[in-house]
Amino acid sequence: MRIAILTDIHANREAFEACLADAARRGAARMVLLGDIVGYGADPGWAVTRTQQLVSQGAIVVRGNHDEAAVSPGNGMTANAAAAIAWTHGVLDEPAMAFLRGLPMEVEEEDRLYVHADASSPARWLYVRDAEDARRSLEGTTARVVLCGHVHVPALFGLTATAKLVAFRPVTDAPVPLTRPRRWLAVLGSVGQPRDGDPAAAWAMLDTAANALTLHRVPYDIDAAAEKIRAAGLPEALAARLFRGR
Amino acid sequence: MARARLSEGEVLDGFRVGALVHTGGMAALWEVTHPDHPLPMLMKVPRLAEGEDPAAIVSFEMEQMILPRLAGPHVPRFIASGGFDRQPYLVMERIAGTSLLPLVGDLPLPGARVAELGALVAEALDALHRQHLVHLDVKPSNILIRRHGAEDAALAVLVDFGLSRHAQLPDLMEEEFRLPYGTAPYMAPEQIMGIRSEPRSDLFALGALMYFFVTGTRPFGDPQRLSGLKRRLWRDPPPPRQLRPECPEWLQEVILRCLEVQPERRHPTAAQLAFELRHPEQVALTARAGKLRQDGWAATIRRRFHPDHQPRFRRAGAAVEEIAAAPIVVVAVDVTEQDSALGQALRTHVGHVLATLPGARVACVNVLRQNRIAMDSTLDEQGRNKHVQRLVELKHWAAPLGLPEGRVTFHVLEAVSPAEALLDYARVNGVDHIVMGARAASLRRKVLGSVSGEVAAAAPCSVTVVRVRAGE
Repeated sequence: MRIAILTDIHANREAFEACLADAARRGAARMVLLGDIVGYGADPGWAVTRTQQLVSQGAIVVRGNHDEAAVSPGNGMTANAAAAIAWTHGVLDEPAMAFLRGLPMEVEEEDRLYVHADASSPARWLYVRDAEDARRSLEGTTARVVLCGHVHVPALFGLTATAKLVAFRPVTDAPVPLTRPRRWLAVLGSVGQPRDGDPAAAWAMLDTAANALTLHRVPYDIDAAAEKIRAAGLPEALAARLFRGR
Repeated sequence: MARARLSEGEVLDGFRVGALVHTGGMAALWEVTHPDHPLPMLMKVPRLAEGEDPAAIVSFEMEQMILPRLAGPHVPRFIASGGFDRQPYLVMERIAGTSLLPLVGDLPLPGARVAELGALVAEALDALHRQHLVHLDVKPSNILIRRHGAEDAALAVLVDFGLSRHAQLPDLMEEEFRLPYGTAPYMAPEQIMGIRSEPRSDLFALGALMYFFVTGTRPFGDPQRLSGLKRRLWRDPPPPRQLRPECPEWLQEVILRCLEVQPERRHPTAAQLAFELRHPEQVALTARAGKLRQDGWAATIRRRFHPDHQPRFRRAGAAVEEIAAAPIVVVAVDVTEQDSALGQALRTHVGHVLATLPGARVACVNVLRQNRIAMDSTLDEQGRNKHVQRLVELKHWAAPLGLPEGRVTFHVLEAVSPAEALLDYARVNGVDHIVMGARAASLRRKVLGSVSGEVAAAAPCSVTVVRVRAGE
């Protein structure tokens, strides 16, 4: 089965739609969303409604730190992120809030774990940025394959039974076999706010029959998404960074 | 967990195990059959017993990742892999052909035979390099020669990708082991220093193989320790002609270029190496060709100890991009009916291509048309040799490009159909780009059809058709 995995959508409608269309075109049989449906972008209501539709069609969705903050804004965010969260909190209606509030921290399916950030303590929202982070994350769970987001920069880590860890920057459109008995952790790129220097929206396809993961990039209408961010009165930096992918 | 070995007659995921064909240091090969797969197959099974080299497992895992990603006649076809709970295995096509290993008993081989084998292997390496793969264990036992295609042509197949590096896959070997893995007599200097992403490491290995085959002696012996391996970074081997004067100068030139310590000084691509081995008369001879003894002690000491003379290797390789930057470009020059304006336009265009691709090499080709029925005289009306005259004209056309020897070659093909001759040439020589002029609108074109149109429609590569802009 082909599973499309999307993460860090961040209320970017244009990027979200482009990725969903690309996933459908490539034969995705189901969807997994690794959190951060909202925050930063200007279409949180639409993004939540679309996510709810996907859930009714069998999609799995886990909670991200921005989803949590949008429901109950707190500390620990950068000024721009906090400004966007305050705005998001104001525009989301109660059913949308209730949906975000009800999202699980993690979901296990077969030998896979879906989680937004570090898998060893998901509620702390730690980043998985390097091999040591990946090791901590993998050692904190029993799943053979861990899929997460949160960093907005794609990376792949493999761990052997002898505790050797290999780090790899995946190449777009090139499938990587997640060989057994090695364990793997994939950090996926962001749909709605890429930060790896490529402004195109990122998502990934997991082919369970071939046991392979492929990263894809999709161009989308950045002008429209950025214009909405400006029109909503959100910080200019949140619009500008979409063009740079940083 | 996995068991030590299979036994004949057992069935694994539908594959019936036959005879044990080979036991190597890292894996065993068994003959297998399967009702859904009619072709002859081999099952590769890693050695997993206690105390075995852990590299055996990782290299097996690497090959399981790599083989399904490779295609074409130069690799065995991937059939299946799996069995992690019981017995890890990899099933692939069994190649009908023999390896080069038995030839080691018949060395030295004649230069022409070594060049032919070298060209076959270089063509196979070119096919792998273009698929983002560096083999990193090119040696006689990993090269099989099989017959292929309608013409039953000999073709090299590379096997055993357990030490290979695929640019689009995680490199499990590099992470797992700090010591270089490879086969001592053939390992390139940069590979010894831990670099696993340089396609020209395979050209070094092929150079060592050709040296061995033409002289009967391994250029760097078979060192068993790292210090012995590193010796090739500063000590050059005796030139092949010192050991075997029958080795032609041009072949020594090619072999010693393959064995250059710095990858940048070797042939830019496997395709260019194959081209040289297929066109001995066109190899540009340098000091390498005439060398009859090893470098003196002063140079050797300097290379070994002087900090400014230590080789420096780049860490990262951009394999496929670099191959694309060193294409073989064919320019079809019609010296007879080409007016000077078209000849000039063609030359200007080729100049632009070469300016952006410093690794490119150019083959200037002219087709000497033969009549279908009548026996052609090799002499023209003035009694000059037509073939030689065409070569002279080709060189004259190319002279303003100012290309150094070694970047340009000249070929006169004799054929009934110019388009077919050009297409054949492009296929056989791994050509990346054909540049040709469009025949002017004329009675001839009406009668004969457009050669460039035919070439553009059927070429295995890019084709640029150059035309002089029509006037008012």
